[in-house]
Amino acid sequence: MPNMKIPRTEMPQQDPQVRAKNFLEVATGYTMQMALDEASRCLNCKHKPCVAGCPVNIDIPDFIQKINEENLEGAYQVISESSSLPAVCGRVCPQESQCEAKCVRGIKTEPVAIGRLERFVADYHNEHNTEKAVKPESNGHKVAVIGSGPSGLTCAGDLAKKGYEVTIFEALHTAGGVLQYGIPEFRLPKAIVNKEVDNLKDLGVDVQTNMVIGKVLSIDELMDMGYEAVFIGSGAGLPRFMNIPGENLNGVYSANEFLTRVNLMKAYKGDSPTPIMHAKKVAVVGGGNVAMDAARSALRLGAEEVNIIYRRSENELPARAEEVHHAKEEGIIFRTLTNPTEIIGDENDAVTGIKCVEMELGEPDASGRRRPVVKADSEFTIPMDCVIMSIGTSPNPLIKQTTEGLDTQTWGGIIADDDGLTSRPFVYAGGDAVTGAATVILAMGAGKKAAAAIDEAIQNK
Amino acid sequence: MYKILKKEVLNPTVTKMVIDAPLIAKKAEPGQFVILRTDADGERIPLTVADYDRENGTVTIIFQIVGATTNQLNTFNEGDYIQDFVGPLGTPTKTEGLKKVAVVGGGVGCAIAYPVTKKLYDMGVEVHSIVGFRNKDLVILEDEFKSHSNVFKLMTDDGSYGEKGLVTNALEQLIEEGNTYDEVITIGPLIMMKFVSLLTKKHDIKTVVSMNPIMIDGTGMCGGCRLTVGGETKFACVDGPDFDGHKVDFDEAIKRGQMYKDFERHAYEESCNLLNKEVK
Repeated sequence: MPNMKIPRTEMPQQDPQVRAKNFLEVATGYTMQMALDEASRCLNCKHKPCVAGCPVNIDIPDFIQKINEENLEGAYQVISESSSLPAVCGRVCPQESQCEAKCVRGIKTEPVAIGRLERFVADYHNEHNTEKAVKPESNGHKVAVIGSGPSGLTCAGDLAKKGYEVTIFEALHTAGGVLQYGIPEFRLPKAIVNKEVDNLKDLGVDVQTNMVIGKVLSIDELMDMGYEAVFIGSGAGLPRFMNIPGENLNGVYSANEFLTRVNLMKAYKGDSPTPIMHAKKVAVVGGGNVAMDAARSALRLGAEEVNIIYRRSENELPARAEEVHHAKEEGIIFRTLTNPTEIIGDENDAVTGIKCVEMELGEPDASGRRRPVVKADSEFTIPMDCVIMSIGTSPNPLIKQTTEGLDTQTWGGIIADDDGLTSRPFVYAGGDAVTGAATVILAMGAGKKAAAAIDEAIQNK
Repeated sequence: MYKILKKEVLNPTVTKMVIDAPLIAKKAEPGQFVILRTDADGERIPLTVADYDRENGTVTIIFQIVGATTNQLNTFNEGDYIQDFVGPLGTPTKTEGLKKVAVVGGGVGCAIAYPVTKKLYDMGVEVHSIVGFRNKDLVILEDEFKSHSNVFKLMTDDGSYGEKGLVTNALEQLIEEGNTYDEVITIGPLIMMKFVSLLTKKHDIKTVVSMNPIMIDGTGMCGGCRLTVGGETKFACVDGPDFDGHKVDFDEAIKRGQMYKDFERHAYEESCNLLNKEVK
C-alpha cells in the first residue's frame, strides 16, 4: 500500500553558505532509507500519467516498485530500457515540468520525487555494479557520430549495443559535449560523465577527440571512408550577444566562454594554466539554467556580489525552479524586469559598470509570454567588474558550410524529420543542432530515435 | 597524441616543430591555424600553420616562447608527443585573382607570413616580401622568404642586419617607387599591422591582416576571440583569422590581448621556476 502520510522526502544538500565556496556537488543524494520512504509514496497508478510526461517514456511506476522491493539493479534495468544517461538525467532533467508535473500525488500534496529516485538508482548501480559492458559481436556496419554530447552518446551507445562499429568524432579534447564544458561540477560531477563515456568505450565505441568535422573531414569524406550513416549531434554552441555598446570590453564573457574556462579547462582549480577572472561584482545577463550555472560558478570563484539581470519578471525565468531556488539560497541577487543597454569601461577597457533600464510587462508576444517594454526615464548604472552574457546559443554552422544538400532553418538549426533524418540520405541529426538550445533529455531522446532509424535504414538497404 | 618529428631552434626565443598530423596536413591551407595542448592539464593555445607536407602527413608550427605553455612546449624534443593538436581551423587566406602582392611580416609573424608567400610565389604571383625583426639575432626564415620572393627586404630596428628601420619604411619606399599592389598581406604584432594598415589606407591599397587573439575552442563556441571589424563583432576563429586591415579596431584588439597579462606573467614565471628546479 502506498504511504499517503509521509511528505516528499527532502534531498540532502550542502549548506548554502558552505557550498557557495566550493565546487562539490550541491545535492548529496538520498540514502537507502530516504529512497525507500520516497518510493513508498508512489500510488503505482494504472494509467501511469508520469510516463507520458517523460520525453523518453521511462516506465516510472515500474522502476519505483522495484525500489520498494529493494531490487535496485532491477530498477536500473527498467530505466535503462528507455534512458542511456540516468545518472545525468536524474540530476539535470526539469522533472517539475515533465514527469513530476503529471504525478497524481502532486494534485493534493507534492509529487513523488521521481528525479531524485532516478539519480539514487543510477548512483547505486554505478557504485555497486562491477560488470563491465562487453562489446557485442560486430554486424560489420560502420556508423559515424559527430559530437559527444547527450544525443551523440546515446545514439552511439544504442547502435554499439546492436553490433555497429561506431566512431564518435568530438571537436574538443574531452568527450561529453555540454555535459563536460557547460554544466558545472557542482551540478553534474564530471566523474559521472566520464563514466558514461568509458561505458561506451567498453561497448567498443571508438571515441576520437580533436576532430572538428567540417574542417578536418567532411561528411562526404566520412561516407567515402565507409561509414554507412552519419549522426550529427553537434549541439548549439554559438553564443549570442546583445549587440550593445561595450560588449567587447575586458571582463565581458559569453556564458560559454566563462563556463568552458571553469569546467572544461578546470580554471576553478588554482593550478590550472587557463586563466579566468576572479571578479568581485558580477552581472549575468539572462535567466536560463546556463545563466544560473554561470552566476553560481562566479560566486564560487570568490565574487562578493553576483547579479542575475533578466528583462522579464521572475515568473518567466526559463531556468528550473530548483536552480533558481539554489541560486537564491546561495545569495545570488535577482534583478528582474531589468535590461542592460550598455557596458561601461575604464581607460584600459576594463569593465566598471553596466547601464540598465527598468522594464514592465506588456501584451503577450509570439512565445505567449508578456512582452517586456522599457519604462520611460528609468536608466541607471550598477558598478560591475565582470559581465557574463547568457542570452542563448545557436547551432554551429561549421558542418552546414561543408555539407552540400544539408538543409537548415534560417536560424541555423538542421532540418530533420521525427526520426532525425535530414535532407541527405543516411545523414541523421538530433539534439540542440536540430532544436536549438533545449534539454539533455530531449537530446538523448533524439539520439535514441535516430539510432533506431539508422539501424532500420541500414538493415533495409 | 601527436609526435614531434623534428625540432629546430630558429633563434633564442623562436622554435620550429614538425608534427605528425596526417589528417590536418591533408587539409591545411595558408592562413589557417591549429590549437594544441601540451599535456592533459594544459591550456589550449592557437598557433598558425607555418607549413604543411601533404605527402608526408606533417604540419609545421613555429612559436615564440612568450608564456607558460610555449615555454613548456619548448622543452619537448624530437620523439616526444603533444597531447592535443586540432585543426585546420579558421578560413584560408584568399589568393584568387592576385597578380602582385606585398607580404609584410614582423617577428614571429613571419612564420605565418611565409606559407602564403610561398603559395603566391608558386602560383606565379609577383611577390614583394618585407620582413622585420628587432635585431640580427631574431631573424628567422630569411632563406625561405628570399627564395620565394621577387623582391625581398629585411629590416631590423637597430640596423644590426639588413636595413635599419621599420617594415612600414620599406613598404612606403616600394610604393613610392611606383609599385602598385593588388593587395598587401601583413602578419605580425598588432601595433605593426595597425601602422601598415594606416599606411596602405593612405595609398588606398587593399590590406589583409591576420589576427591572433585569445581563444579557447577555435570553433566559434566561446567568443573569446571577438573583434570589432567595420563596427561589427566578428569571431577571429571562424570569421577569420584574416580580416580587412582598414576595418579592424586595433586599439580594442590590443587592449583585449592584455586581459590576462598579470596571470600570464605569473604563470610564465612559475613555469620558468619549475624548469629551473628540474634542471638542478
